[in-house]
Amino acid sequence: MPQTHDALFRSLADPTRRAIFERLCRKGEQTVGALTGHAGVSQPAVSKHLAQLKQAGLVRDRPEGRQTHYSAQINALAPLIDWTSQMTGFWESKFDVLENLLKRMDQ
Amino acid sequence: MTVAETRSIVVEREMPHAPEKIWRALTQSHLIEEWLMKNDFQPVVGHTFNFRAQPVMGWNGVTDCKILEVTPPSRLVYSWNASGEQAKDGLKTIVTWTLTPRGDGTHVRMEQAGFRPQDEGGYRGMGSGWPGILGRLETVAEKS
Repeated sequence: MPQTHDALFRSLADPTRRAIFERLCRKGEQTVGALTGHAGVSQPAVSKHLAQLKQAGLVRDRPEGRQTHYSAQINALAPLIDWTSQMTGFWESKFDVLENLLKRMDQ
Repeated sequence: MTVAETRSIVVEREMPHAPEKIWRALTQSHLIEEWLMKNDFQPVVGHTFNFRAQPVMGWNGVTDCKILEVTPPSRLVYSWNASGEQAKDGLKTIVTWTLTPRGDGTHVRMEQAGFRPQDEGGYRGMGSGWPGILGRLETVAEKS
């Protein structure tokens, strides 16, 4: 297993950290303060989790004035996707649409 | 990289239409868009084009392609590769369409070849994509 996968799995294996990442995926960019309100842990703990997510390439930070904004880096998950099963499902559904189109087309 | 290290997926179906009609749906840009994706496809060997879809988790939605073979109305081959910053480590595959007359209809076969072990995700059999990945991470992490 490549090292990058290890880092991704380790980062997301922690439920609190995973919840923070999922929230960033759903809600877009957030400050530490906004994230703390939902994380159920202290602000320093959230900051520590964010640092670990950043190290794994899963979040990016953007300083703005006295605040730092965090956003999810969804591309980092790309190595985890099973493309063979994804693409099989993709083509199966596209074949259905193709057949519908053929019914509507002239000879 | 040898062929033995890669895998193919095959989707095939009998369709009650003439090969020529199916060929049009596979090779005319506006028709391709109706069933597959937005594209700048042209049925000319060497032509490079993109398929474009909405980005989803872990995929930027863009596919880089090049026409490798056009034999109307039976065989169409193009490359199907990841694009942009995902190109380096992303998919590098070949899509081959084969249309074979069968009775009053056509046997349609699509083979996508060239999936490498790393294209099958962090763990084999881990399930497909989001949100399955996150849902199963805890179990996987416990085992590793």
